Amino acid sequence: MAELSQGVFPSPIDEPYADDVTQPFWDAALEGRLLGWRCRGCATFVLPPAPRCFQCQQTEFSWVELPGTGSIYSFTVVRHALGGYLQAVVPYVSAVVELDGTQGAGARMVANVVDCDPDTVRIGTAVRVVFDRVSDSLAVPRFAPL
Amino acid sequence: MRDRTAVVGVGATPYYRRGESVPETELSMACTAILAALDDAGLGIGDLDGFAIYSSSCDPAEIGAVLGVPEIRFAAGLTSGGGGAAGSLGLAAAAIVSGQAEVVVSLMTLQQATRRLGGTEVDGRLAYLAAASGGGPYGGGGIPPSLAFTAASGLIAPGHSFAVLTQRHMHLYGTKREHLAEVAISQRNNAIRRPTAIRKEPITLDDYFAARMISDPFCLFDYTMESDGAVAVITTSAERARDLRQPPVYILASAHGGMGRWGPAIFKYFQAPDEYFASSGHRPIARRLYEMAGIGPADVDVALLYDHFSSMVLMQLEDYGFCGIGESGPFVADGNIRWPSGRLPVNTHGGNLSEAYIIGMTHIREAVEQLRGTAVNQVAGARIALTTGGPAGLPVSGTLLRRD
Repeated sequence: MAELSQGVFPSPIDEPYADDVTQPFWDAALEGRLLGWRCRGCATFVLPPAPRCFQCQQTEFSWVELPGTGSIYSFTVVRHALGGYLQAVVPYVSAVVELDGTQGAGARMVANVVDCDPDTVRIGTAVRVVFDRVSDSLAVPRFAPL
Repeated sequence: MRDRTAVVGVGATPYYRRGESVPETELSMACTAILAALDDAGLGIGDLDGFAIYSSSCDPAEIGAVLGVPEIRFAAGLTSGGGGAAGSLGLAAAAIVSGQAEVVVSLMTLQQATRRLGGTEVDGRLAYLAAASGGGPYGGGGIPPSLAFTAASGLIAPGHSFAVLTQRHMHLYGTKREHLAEVAISQRNNAIRRPTAIRKEPITLDDYFAARMISDPFCLFDYTMESDGAVAVITTSAERARDLRQPPVYILASAHGGMGRWGPAIFKYFQAPDEYFASSGHRPIARRLYEMAGIGPADVDVALLYDHFSSMVLMQLEDYGFCGIGESGPFVADGNIRWPSGRLPVNTHGGNLSEAYIIGMTHIREAVEQLRGTAVNQVAGARIALTTGGPAGLPVSGTLLRRD
């Protein structure tokens, strides 16, 4: 488990529990790149990866690199820590982020928002991905206001 | 289905604060509630032949053996969690109308002494892993590869999820915390008069704004409480209902399901299309209910809306057509959901927020009491009641009940 340190949001996992489908996403994350899982039939992005495209029901997908920017679709500021591992970091922001280069719904990411005053976060705030390397096998994508 | 079946009996244990039902067990409380419901109907254990449940509330095999049910002819549950509460009556009606069973029980029994619903275990990390691995809030199974895409987000509980939906609703429509407060305060006012209610301290708007924030925009009073207890409801054919002890409460319509991309459970609603992201997920249920019943929202006299979080009452008011989409804030601010003065009294029993949280079954109990004319906070002349389950992972559900 990664050591918790001031200003770094804790991760409850330190490996990606990846399979053959998701491993490339985590490999890219370790290199600081954000990938999207795009349907080869209709170009719809699906995140997390699913066995079928919800638009055209096909099974063929490719990982493609995304710009790594997006905007906050919605969020909450968590002020009461539920797990002991979160007590040092409340209040913190968790958000649903719509990623640039995707259609939005169906490929949103749920992520912690860092490097900001929680009370300044708004829906629509532009963000960019930052990767938090918590172990040799896991870099967690988080987002920071641009 | 319309009017071909009726709720004829309701039974319950006392409602307890979380963990305080010990030394009772979920099994013992289920038995108590079932026997009380049968007795209320003027029926006995020899009459019971079906179980129509939701959220895996009990194991009919175990209850059948313990209570000595002569023969079980129907045992089925709606998938997922609390969203199926009201829909379990539709499942019971389906069993009866199709001739598979005659006297069917729907129930919830809940004891949170050693486990707590919704991933709010003391160690949030383990809770998250358990919750995510089961594909629902109640745990079980291994760790799927999709877990790593959300595990480190800090979103680890139902309240966080519904806060995210609510924040979007506020952004789109200008809904305010005062509107959430009106739900909490009006329901508390109803609970205060009800002997079964756990929370009876009055709440003022100042109290609401002084309460600690949990997960913006939710404060303490926006959350359901955590309770123990059991509630059982007996459904049978309309024909048989006429000869029983209580006036029949007919199942006018029932529906469960939802839009396909609403999502399976907590943490997974967030891919819903823009059109219904900031909603309760109940719009398709409402449409089918009104079609089936041949009525509209204006015909509903009292609404018992599933209220694990205050804002979800607001979104259901919209989705069931009691006001326009995005207009629930002003609708409640105008006093419309207050008992007895409002146009549509809502959660006259105090709901999950203030009476007790038995995952939606208390709402059915209250609907039946309203239509029998025996409710503590009786809506004068109530003829049609709406009761719902969810927002939650699909299916969510709704049932319209009516009296003669």
